[in-house]
Amino acid sequence: MNFDDTPEEAAYRAKARAWLRDHAPRVTPRAASVGLEDPTDLDAARDWQRTKAEAGYACITWPMAWGGAGGEPWQAVIFAQEEAQIPTPHGPFAIGLGMCVPTLMSAGNDADKRRFVGPAMRGEEIWCQLFSEPAGGSDLAAARTRAVRDGDGWVVNGQKVWTSGAHLSDYGLLLARTDPDLPKHKGLTMFWVDMRSPGVEVRPIHQMSGESNFNEVFLTDVRLSDAQRIGAVNDGWRVSMVTLMNERMSVGGMGASLQASVLGLARELPTLAGLAIDDAAVREKAADWFIRIEGLKYTRYRALTALSRGETPGPEGAIGKIVSASLMQDVANTAVTLEDEYGLISDPELAPLGAAFQSALLGSPGLRIAGGTDEILRNIIAERVLGLPPDIRVDKDVAFKDVPTGS
Amino acid sequence: MDFDFSADQKLLKDQARRFLGRHCPASAVRAVLDDPQRQYDRDLWREIAAQGWLATTLPLEYGGLGLGHVDLCAIAEELGRALAPVPFASTAYFLAETLVAEGTDAQKRTWLPRIAAGEAIGCFAVTERPGALVAASVQARVEGGRLTGVKAPVTDGLVADVAVVLAREGPGHSLFLVDLSGEDVARAPLQTLDPSRGAARLAFSGAPAERLGEVGEGMALAEAALARAAVLLAFEQVGGADRALEMARDYAMTRYAFGRLIGSYQAIKHKLADVYIGNELARSNAYYGAWALEAGSADLPLAAAAARVAASEAYWVAAKESLQVHGGVGFTWAADCHLHYRRAQQLALVAGGTKAWKERLARQLQWRNAA
Repeated sequence: MNFDDTPEEAAYRAKARAWLRDHAPRVTPRAASVGLEDPTDLDAARDWQRTKAEAGYACITWPMAWGGAGGEPWQAVIFAQEEAQIPTPHGPFAIGLGMCVPTLMSAGNDADKRRFVGPAMRGEEIWCQLFSEPAGGSDLAAARTRAVRDGDGWVVNGQKVWTSGAHLSDYGLLLARTDPDLPKHKGLTMFWVDMRSPGVEVRPIHQMSGESNFNEVFLTDVRLSDAQRIGAVNDGWRVSMVTLMNERMSVGGMGASLQASVLGLARELPTLAGLAIDDAAVREKAADWFIRIEGLKYTRYRALTALSRGETPGPEGAIGKIVSASLMQDVANTAVTLEDEYGLISDPELAPLGAAFQSALLGSPGLRIAGGTDEILRNIIAERVLGLPPDIRVDKDVAFKDVPTGS
Repeated sequence: MDFDFSADQKLLKDQARRFLGRHCPASAVRAVLDDPQRQYDRDLWREIAAQGWLATTLPLEYGGLGLGHVDLCAIAEELGRALAPVPFASTAYFLAETLVAEGTDAQKRTWLPRIAAGEAIGCFAVTERPGALVAASVQARVEGGRLTGVKAPVTDGLVADVAVVLAREGPGHSLFLVDLSGEDVARAPLQTLDPSRGAARLAFSGAPAERLGEVGEGMALAEAALARAAVLLAFEQVGGADRALEMARDYAMTRYAFGRLIGSYQAIKHKLADVYIGNELARSNAYYGAWALEAGSADLPLAAAAARVAASEAYWVAAKESLQVHGGVGFTWAADCHLHYRRAQQLALVAGGTKAWKERLARQLQWRNAA
């Protein structure tokens, strides 16, 4: 029971650290944020991605045949830890490299792999994931966007929503309905789409936080060749599982720095009964947050230990997002409450800590929803970890076109 | 990174689980619970001693095995899971750990070999009145090497051979070792929330008391003893919380209501998912505590408080929600749910309650942030 690297890990860490010291670009550290925002300098991010790819650090665990380093998961974790120690350009590559391209590599044909894997790894091409729809957020298999056979190809009509990075993307991974006469999970097919195809229109979503990190994507008579199909016709749900397994790993956990900031603030702010730092309720909150933040940190260390031992990490990884999203909301609410009426001010020039708490307050609802809502994650823990029965589904054996909808 | 039990420790844990499966079924816990004359399970205690568990971390020269604290944590988790009705915590976590940390060579030679062999039972006597452990609450006094005062509740106080006692000495407080075999110690059993773990009221009227550690350091030494015990108790709590969750899961997989397994309702699924989350956070915090205890880290006060708070809350939530999932049957004496419900409180209170431990944690954070 210790936090020390094994000799092999220490050697890899030293190598990674030295390489980063010699090759990482010098950029200004980013301010604390909820982690949804766009890159500020896409060119710098692309350069950095190419540099990493050429040295085998972009996709460490991918097979060498596809330009990866054929490395172990623990190597990828150590490199990420070391990279996180220094400010590097923030790029929009995670969805492509974490979800879309792995889907292509597992279910796509050889021509697609040869065409797409390298450019994505080098940051030359950006991918987005065209899954969620207005009529189906948590219920992803309720996708209504239609792909209809047309000669040798397909014609797509429909609308996607909550597409991160669509406005920056070159390609999208599309889940579309190809047979509405089949039950909903059975009539879906996966495709890739050139985001510059005629009929693809991207519109930013104006979020409650005031930012626009996501998009709606309208697909109107978009023509696809059959070569753009990934996997068999009507096998799209199975193909999508690869994508989704990776999503919950990439939607991150945060909160440690915000928590420390609240305690700093509490040392200065008055309550009606002395300084906030001496208030019993504030002190209890500090303890409650600490066991969550540290608990998640050590839970990650346990998963890392499993990787280091060549084992598969246990299901405890599933708790990260559900704990950290609500934690951030509670930290933000507590901080704003301590600021009292002044807490209304969200102007970064005036509010304490550049309005970090106000920004977290308005951003945190998104974290509780993105990449699986709190409720869906509880279902997943209950079913996959505890082995409780799945919900009784009234739409399971019904033709998709006959499933009741609200519209 | 090697942040988990080692292969050998996992083996030890598996062996402990199998051993307790044979020697400590729920019926053994109930035998102590149901009989006011029984303070603990003597047969189980003898078997546990024969396994060498009491000797785990004690130094070789005093009859111990000289293993690390993480090994003891592995055993603790299984004892908690099995609700073992034995004075293990009082003897191993409080008495033996305090002797190793503060005892003189003579004190160690007298007691540690007997503890290792299961021939001496200990207890930790600090509390006298309701409320957190503060200096003003401690009125027991030692003068001329003789202890006078009353301690209650003292877990395992009726059967212990020796007590670690916090008492006034001169203007401050010191920690003492008190042999309980003399006539100047009156012991009376107490009715408590968890009768599967016996407790007593100890009245001292001039009992001989040997000082443990420096004069006037009693409060600090008691805090240090509590921090060490908190880590080990956290593993008992995590073990109990895991078991309570399993019981709820298993019941939800067999009980039907309205034509469905109750485990298929989200009201039950989400409740148990939350219990699982609490248990895993508690386990991770407990591991941090185990590391700090074994490494002798300066982080121990913080790590112990985090382990204690997370584990006390997790076991309480797991125990009460497990009972709730069982419905009416969970409220019967015959169901095992109340064994965990009681033990969750016993373990959460025996080394000081959550409120006090959250304040200890906050102090550590405050000092750390100020530094």
